[in-house]
Amino acid sequence: MENVIYSINGPVVTVKDTDDFSMLEMVYVGNARLIGEVISIKKEFTTIQVYETTTGLQPGEPVYSTGQPISVTLGPGILRNIFDGIERPLEEIAKDAGAFIPIGSHVAPLDKDKLWDVTLTVKVGDQLKGGDIYATIPETDLITHKCMVSPYLKGEVVEVKENGQYKIDDVIMKLKDEKGQIIDFTLTQKWPIKQARPVHKRLPISMPLITGQRVIDTLFPIAKGGTAAIPGGFGTGKTMTQHQLAKWCDADIIVYVGCGERGNEMTQVLEEFRELIDPKSNKPLTDRTVLIANTSNMPVAAREASIYTGVTLAEYYRDMGYHVAIMADSTSRWAEALREISGRLEEMPAEEGFPAYLPSRLSQFYERAGYMDNLNGTKGSVTIIGAVSPQGADFSEPVTQNTKRFVRTFWALDKALAYARHYFAINWNQSYSEYIPDLERWFNKNVDSKFLRDRQELQSILAEETKLMEIVKLMGSDVLPDDQKLIIEIAKLIRVGYLQQNAFHPDDTYVPLEKQLKMMEVILYLNKRGKEIVSANKPIRLIMDTGIFDKVVKMKYDVPNNNLDLFDNYYKDIDEAIASIR
Amino acid sequence: MSLQYIGLNEINGPLVVLDHVQNASYDEMVELKCKDGTTRLGRIVQIEGERVIIQVFEGTNSLSLSNTKTRLLGHPMELPVSKEILGRVFSGAGKPIDGLGEIYAEKSMDINGLPLNPVSRVYPRNYINTGISSIDCLTTLIRGQKLPIFSGSGLPHNQLAVQIVKQAKVADDEGKGFGVVFAAMGVTNDVAEYFRRSFEEAGVMERVVMFLNLSNDPIIERILTPKCALTAAEYLAFEHDMHILVIYTDVTSYCEALREFSSSKGEIPGRKGYPGYLYSDLASLYERAGISKSAKGSVTQIPILTMPNNDITHPVPDLTGYITEGQITLDSELNAMGVYPPVSILPSLSRLMKDGIGEGYTRADHSAVSNQLFAAYAHVQDVKSLTSVIGEDELSTVDRKYMEFGRLFEKHFINQGFDTNRSIEETLDLGWTLLSVLPKGELDRIDNAVLEQFYDHEKAVAQFNLVEEGTIRELQQAVQNG
Repeated sequence: MENVIYSINGPVVTVKDTDDFSMLEMVYVGNARLIGEVISIKKEFTTIQVYETTTGLQPGEPVYSTGQPISVTLGPGILRNIFDGIERPLEEIAKDAGAFIPIGSHVAPLDKDKLWDVTLTVKVGDQLKGGDIYATIPETDLITHKCMVSPYLKGEVVEVKENGQYKIDDVIMKLKDEKGQIIDFTLTQKWPIKQARPVHKRLPISMPLITGQRVIDTLFPIAKGGTAAIPGGFGTGKTMTQHQLAKWCDADIIVYVGCGERGNEMTQVLEEFRELIDPKSNKPLTDRTVLIANTSNMPVAAREASIYTGVTLAEYYRDMGYHVAIMADSTSRWAEALREISGRLEEMPAEEGFPAYLPSRLSQFYERAGYMDNLNGTKGSVTIIGAVSPQGADFSEPVTQNTKRFVRTFWALDKALAYARHYFAINWNQSYSEYIPDLERWFNKNVDSKFLRDRQELQSILAEETKLMEIVKLMGSDVLPDDQKLIIEIAKLIRVGYLQQNAFHPDDTYVPLEKQLKMMEVILYLNKRGKEIVSANKPIRLIMDTGIFDKVVKMKYDVPNNNLDLFDNYYKDIDEAIASIR
Repeated sequence: MSLQYIGLNEINGPLVVLDHVQNASYDEMVELKCKDGTTRLGRIVQIEGERVIIQVFEGTNSLSLSNTKTRLLGHPMELPVSKEILGRVFSGAGKPIDGLGEIYAEKSMDINGLPLNPVSRVYPRNYINTGISSIDCLTTLIRGQKLPIFSGSGLPHNQLAVQIVKQAKVADDEGKGFGVVFAAMGVTNDVAEYFRRSFEEAGVMERVVMFLNLSNDPIIERILTPKCALTAAEYLAFEHDMHILVIYTDVTSYCEALREFSSSKGEIPGRKGYPGYLYSDLASLYERAGISKSAKGSVTQIPILTMPNNDITHPVPDLTGYITEGQITLDSELNAMGVYPPVSILPSLSRLMKDGIGEGYTRADHSAVSNQLFAAYAHVQDVKSLTSVIGEDELSTVDRKYMEFGRLFEKHFINQGFDTNRSIEETLDLGWTLLSVLPKGELDRIDNAVLEQFYDHEKAVAQFNLVEEGTIRELQQAVQNG
């Protein structure tokens, strides 16, 4: 019997009296064949969420089963591309249908006609198991794509094509499995988005993800394979922070998911990344980037899927042995999509109308991060950086609170800092990173053992300042003794001269760890010499009057990244300034 | 020939339920004929088998279960459009109400619109010169942007919107001119009249399309008003290459109408009773701003919303802030001090300004001035709160300078008056003169080279009649010495 639509309510439709569908199966809904997913099955009703707007749908239109869960196509051509939440290429849709996205468009995710230079790496008789690489393709100038056997397949190679140019659907290798069946292999494979790709084992966290952003690298570092959340009210710079990280972090591949955010922002990412050159390879940043854009006015169910699509693509490249970073902006919109659909299903709400399964969904997502030993023996990582947009900038709301339980780095954005145009507006009192013990060895070996020690000192000064500011707010700074005034001044220097970073300044937008260390050293040297003056009972005003603070505060601009020797002059200047007081 | 259904099954607030309906499609329009022969429009909002739920736009007054005939129209809600709509006045549901007759439609457009493909968008870069210092310098309006005004009761948000329309100039003009689409949602007759009169005085009336759903009009029609207005705007911008500024007021009333509709439908409420899909619904309005690669025109939006109880964390301003590209916040305290426009600088923001200012757009030093003004004014707030505890006399010398700067900034920069139109040069120069009130060392957001070029303490002293610390001391001594 044909299955037909019974009821329609927003993106949710139901089918009556059927047992043809399985849970989370992909279905086509209506004559326009809109893509949908089965989200609940009861004896009487099967409920489907539709990934497109349901305007014009009628009861009695057919619903087709596909027998498969919602999957993405994985293969060469993903990089440089921009997809919607269910991996439809937006460029192709624009070519097909013009500036507006029509309902029910069916475009293949990857270009079927493009010829790729394929090098086969196996020969007849080889035994292959899940994850093994059978061909390599230069996908972009930066990234070599590796075709891998789908995780649960294995067998003996019985046929291999010559190296040469192939389209993504050409069969380039055949395997015979244990049962004697022949399996064809093309350049692509499919994978259900809600299922994590299997790995051999999880490895301990050991490397930082270097971002070139001082407040992150120094105070609250994130590890490769780690998780981080950026919560902040509107206008505090979540998106700017995500953009900076996507541009500068040292991952091999960036997956940028614009989930329920602004259309203009995605256009900006597209334009900027095309123009920006990766400092390490001198190639455009798009060569290592894939964008997933499900803007806030695109259908809500596809917004829910976009996060999973993003992380599945990330895992696929991790399996090839790359370090992948996924930026999800914003996970709150995703949680709201869950809430919206849950409301249409008339489920019993938990906190603030969010469904009771919100924490488990969040943890399932963040747990897909990690530094992994892959099935094929390569090592790769997926780092997840999720923005959170708390309602009313109130961090006690459910999405922020539950996210906090599952991430180990927390960059709390602060409205007051953003109002003062202090970017990144990361509040140093509320933020934390749990990765520092894991990364200690790496910093000691690759930067300097002084790095973490200086970091600790910086943080202590800032903590001290916070306490003193309580007094200053009540009584003014004049009442403080000179040693405490020095702390206030040094902390101000750290805030303005070190933590605050100008994303639009050619040198300051990315600062290598070496320069970060040298800057810290200069600041702490000034602190040390300042204390000498104070203990000699001379007023702190004398140091201020020498203008040395004004000079040091600008060192982030005055010392170019390629001439760090200039830092030596600052020690001289500090010594001279101090000497002039005596 | 379509079927007519006689009678209804249920009436509940703005919703009616009809049973045994064949071939109804989701979001389809229906026409309800009352006993007295008048017709009302409605829309199908839910279907369960043969039972459909219809939202009636003009309210369900005097409908009864037996006297109503319902006809399905076979298409979703559409707005007839042609270039003639310029200069006309429509109801919230898109019917002409100015007595000039129906529109000869060139085509009919679905008022829900379709999402603009991010790859087909042009990133907005061209700034709109509004002639208002606090906006031009600090929260620059960009063509294709959505920049709401967050206001409160009793604040002059309507004047500000009118002033923007009056003074707005675009730097270059590739499109074929400028137009305004104005939508009133639940505002009083007086306010709508004020806008109409102001547009007339500004000489733009023949370039304005008005959609009016006043506070005494049916509430469900209010849900359609912004959608109709934006459809008209998209038509003019993307098919006639015009630069359209859409002003709609008041978004809070719109959201309340949505809440009323949602609760009568029996939906599970989210925060403060607003439906869980409020974010998606607002986004479907705000995201219709932008510029498309396929057309020369643009849609710029200035939604106006009043914050209930001046609470910026209320769901409506909160969700709006997450979707729009910044906000202009008005402040009742400044208003009470007689400052017009009472723009509260610190919570105001324009996200797109960073790419639309500087060399080639406004002036090279623009971002330096605005960053420093923000930073300095933020510090003024800290000093102010300190002053309220220890008094101004106990402040340090630098902090006293900040207090002086804060007062001058509010008096000269923010307070500019309804009739003053400042060029961007005038605005930026004024910014520099104000910054020059402060000691040079305090201006830590500015590159030294730029600072050397523009910092001019003498000018500030002369312009604002400042009295230097040193002079005061000399005077005091002179008095003591008799």
